[in-house]
Amino acid sequence: MSARRSERFVSREGRALRRELLISPHPRLGLVAMDGPNDPEPSLEVVDGSVVAMDGKRATEFDVIDRFVARYGIDLDVAAEAAGLADDDIARRLVDVDVPRAEVVRLSRGLTPARLARVVSLLDPVELMFALKKLRARRAPANQAHVTNLKENPALLAADAAEAALRGFAEVETTVGVSRYAPLNAIAILVGSQTGRPGVMTQCAVEERRNLQLAIQGLVTYAETLSVYGTEPVFVDGDDTPWSKAFLASAYASRGVKVRFTSGGGSEALMGHAQGCSMLYLEARCLAAIRAAGSQGVQNGSISCVALVLSLPGGVREILAENVLAAWLDLEVASGNDAIASHSEIRKTAKLMGQFLPGTDFVTSGYSVMPREDNTFGGGNYDGDDLEEWLTLQRDWQVDAGIEPVAEDEVVRVRERAARAVQAVFAGLGFPPVTEAEVEAATYGYASRDLPDRDRAADVAAADRVLDERISALDVVRELHAAGFVDVAEAVLAMQRQRVSADYLQTAAVIEPDGTVCSAVSDPNRYEGPGTGYRLEGERWELLQRLPYVLDPERVSSPNGAGPVVSEAHVATIGDRPDEVVIAVGPAFGGALRETINGLDHADVLRAVVDGVHEAGATPRLVRIRRASDVAFIGHDGARLSGSGVAVGLQSKGTAVIHRADLQPLDNLELFGMSPLYSLDSYRAMGRNAAAYALGEAVGPVPTTLDNFARAKLIVRTTLLHARETAEAVPGAEPVELVLP
Amino acid sequence: MAFDPASDYPLGARRPDLVRTPSGLALDELSLDAVVDGLVDAHDLRATPETLRRQSAVALTAGRTRLADNLARAAELATVPSETILEIYTALRPHRSTAAELEAWAARLETELGAPRCAEFVREAAAACAARGLLRVDERAPV
Repeated sequence: MSARRSERFVSREGRALRRELLISPHPRLGLVAMDGPNDPEPSLEVVDGSVVAMDGKRATEFDVIDRFVARYGIDLDVAAEAAGLADDDIARRLVDVDVPRAEVVRLSRGLTPARLARVVSLLDPVELMFALKKLRARRAPANQAHVTNLKENPALLAADAAEAALRGFAEVETTVGVSRYAPLNAIAILVGSQTGRPGVMTQCAVEERRNLQLAIQGLVTYAETLSVYGTEPVFVDGDDTPWSKAFLASAYASRGVKVRFTSGGGSEALMGHAQGCSMLYLEARCLAAIRAAGSQGVQNGSISCVALVLSLPGGVREILAENVLAAWLDLEVASGNDAIASHSEIRKTAKLMGQFLPGTDFVTSGYSVMPREDNTFGGGNYDGDDLEEWLTLQRDWQVDAGIEPVAEDEVVRVRERAARAVQAVFAGLGFPPVTEAEVEAATYGYASRDLPDRDRAADVAAADRVLDERISALDVVRELHAAGFVDVAEAVLAMQRQRVSADYLQTAAVIEPDGTVCSAVSDPNRYEGPGTGYRLEGERWELLQRLPYVLDPERVSSPNGAGPVVSEAHVATIGDRPDEVVIAVGPAFGGALRETINGLDHADVLRAVVDGVHEAGATPRLVRIRRASDVAFIGHDGARLSGSGVAVGLQSKGTAVIHRADLQPLDNLELFGMSPLYSLDSYRAMGRNAAAYALGEAVGPVPTTLDNFARAKLIVRTTLLHARETAEAVPGAEPVELVLP
Repeated sequence: MAFDPASDYPLGARRPDLVRTPSGLALDELSLDAVVDGLVDAHDLRATPETLRRQSAVALTAGRTRLADNLARAAELATVPSETILEIYTALRPHRSTAAELEAWAARLETELGAPRCAEFVREAAAACAARGLLRVDERAPV
C-alpha cells in the first residue's frame, strides 16, 4: 500500500462513525449476533410428562436456567404439535396475516430457546418488522420517558415529568445519582407527571428493597429493574437465580407494582461468560425464563449493551429479532433505544426504524425528555433537543411512536405548575424549600446548570424522613389539596385507586387520562392485514401532524408591507433604441408579492438591475409580462420588446434570465436559477452583463455560488411563490410598462 | 353478580362492586374529601388477595398461564409482611441458604403464612440450587 493517503479516506476517518469500533465475529467470546457456530441444535425430549433433554443437554446437565425453562417454560402438549412443524413453516406463520397472533403465540409455548432463536433467525429485516407489528401485545404503541437531572433538583424533575406527561408518554422513569435521594425524586416525578396528564405511571430505578418500599408508600407504580441473563454464571454474578427473580416479581405484584423484566443481547459477552453462544440464542434463553417466571413484559433489545451488539455484523437485525421474540412470547416489549447506540446520527436512526415503524408497546424504554447532559442513566440516545426530529419522523411516516407535539406556551404553563406543585408539597411536608428562582429556572431554563444549587445534605435528610416517617402518596395528596392543586391531588389519588383494583398488572397496561386501563386484555393487538389493527388516522393523525412549526401555506406567500412598489403605465410597445435593455418582471412582481425568496425587496432588486444597465452604458426600460409566470417566457417576451433584443427576465421569487429575441424561449444567454443565493450586487451584475450583450461587447458570465441545500431549504417556498405568481398570470394579456417611483 | 374473568376486566371500571381495600372500603369511598378528612389510611391503599386472585383468573382466561401463576403467588404474598418477603427473597439468592433453611421457609409459607404456592416454589428453588451448587457453601448437595 502506498504511503500517500487519499484525502477522501482521511476525511471519512474523521466522521462520528469512526469513533466506534467495528469487529469481526469472535464466537468463543460470545461476540456473534445470531446463528452462532456453537449454538446448540434445537431438541426436546419428553418422558412421562417431564423434559429429559433440551437443546442438546440431558436433564442432568441442565443449568439453573434450563431447569427453570424446562419446569415452567414449555407447554408439553404444544411441544408435541410443534415437533411436527418445520422451522420455516413456523417462521412463515409469523408473517402470515391469515394466521392470527393468538395462534403463533400459542405455538411459541411449545418451543425451546434454541428453536425460538432458530425460527426468528429465518426472518429478514423487513419480515422481522412485520412480525413485530403483528405480534405486539397492546393495540396501540406507546412510549416511556426518562426524567433525571445532574443536580437532582425536584422542581426540574417535576417540570420535566410534567412535560413528558403532557407530550403523551405513558410511563416516566427516573433514577438517582445518590441513592438516598430516591424518595424525593419519586415524589417529584409523581407530582410532576400527574400535573402534566393524569394516569402516567412512574418508577424510580433503585435497589430492589428501596424500590419496593417506595411502592408500598404509593410513590411509584412500576419497576423494570429485574435483570435476567442467558448463562448461569452471569445470572449468579447478578446475585439471583430465576427462582429468586420470579419470587421478587410476585412480591412486587403483591404490592401493586407493575413489573417488567430486563434482558438484552451482549450482556453475557460483556460480563465474560457467554459460553461461546450467540447473542440471540442467549436472549431466547432469557425470554423463555422471563415468560416462565410469569412476567407480563420485558425491556429488551440489547438495552445498555447496544453499542457492543452494533459492533458485529447483523447486530441491528439481532436486536430487532430480540424484540420480535419477546413479542412472540406474548410479553409486553419496551424496545430499548434508550442507551446511545452510535455516534453516527445516520446509523442510530437507521437502527431506530426497526422498532419505530412497526410500533412496540414502548418504542423506547426511556426517551430523554431533557437535554442529554442531564441524563443520569448514562443514556440519552434521543433527548430533548431531538424532539422535533422525532415528531417530524412520526409525521413523515404517518406513524405513532408515542410522542405528541405541544405548543411552547402550553409546555411552559405545565412546567411552571408542576414546579409550583412540588414546591407546595415540599413546603407542606417541611422539606427544604423550593425557591422562586428554582421554579423560574425549571420552567424556562435549558438544563440543571441553569438552576441554583440546593442544600444537598438537607435534601438527603428530608429523603430519609420520607422512609423513616413512612410519608406516603396520601400525604402528598393532602399537601397538594391544601395548597389548592386540587386536580393534581385528585390525579395522585387516582393512581392509588389503581393500586387497589390492580388492573395494570395485566400485560402491557397503560392508563388513560380518565383512569381507563388499556392493556393486552382490554385492548389487544388484533392486526390481520391492511385496514386492521392500530392505524394512525382520524383525530390522532390530525394531532400528530399539527407541529408547532408547521406553517399555513397561505401565510407563506402573502405580501407584507403597504402598496405596490411599481405602478403600471400603459401597454408596452416594441422599443427602437439599439442600446435599450428591457427589464421584464413577472405578473406578481412588486404587487401580489413584494420580495424575493431570500427576502430582497422587489424595489431594491429593480433598482439594482437598472443601476447595472446604466453603469454599463445602456438604457433600461421596465415592463411587466402578464401572460406567463415562467422565467423563460418572461425573459423572452421582454427581449422581443427590447430595442436591442436583449432583456433581463425576473420572476418574483428572484429567479432571473438574460434573454435575446432571436433565441428559442427555453434557450438563454445566462440563467440564474439559484435565486436564494443572489444579493443586490448579483442583480446589478446581471444588469451590467445584459447591457454588454446589448452593446455587443465581450461578456464573462456573472459569477455564481453553489448551495446544495438550497433546494431542500427552499423548495416549499419556491412552490408557493411560484403558485402565487402563476395565479396572477392572465392568458393573452398584453405586457405593460412599469414606473419605479 | 358472579365474577366473570372473561368480561369483567378492567375490574376498576367494570366491576367496582367487587373491588375493596383490605379494610373493606370501596373505590368510590377513596375520595379526595375522605383522604383530606383523614378517613383513609395509606396502608389500606393496596390490592387484596381476592383482587389479585381475580387478576390471576383474568390472566388465565386470556391464556397467560405463567402470569396467572405469578399473580396467584402475589395474592398469597399480599398479606405477608414486607420484611418477611424481603427475607425470603434474600434467602432465595445464590449461596445464601442451606437446603434446610429453604425448607424452613417453605414450611413457614405453607403453614403459618397461608402461601402453599409460594412454598412449593421455594421447594423447587431449593432443589435447583442444590443440583447447581447454589446453596450456601457450608452445605452443598452431593453431586
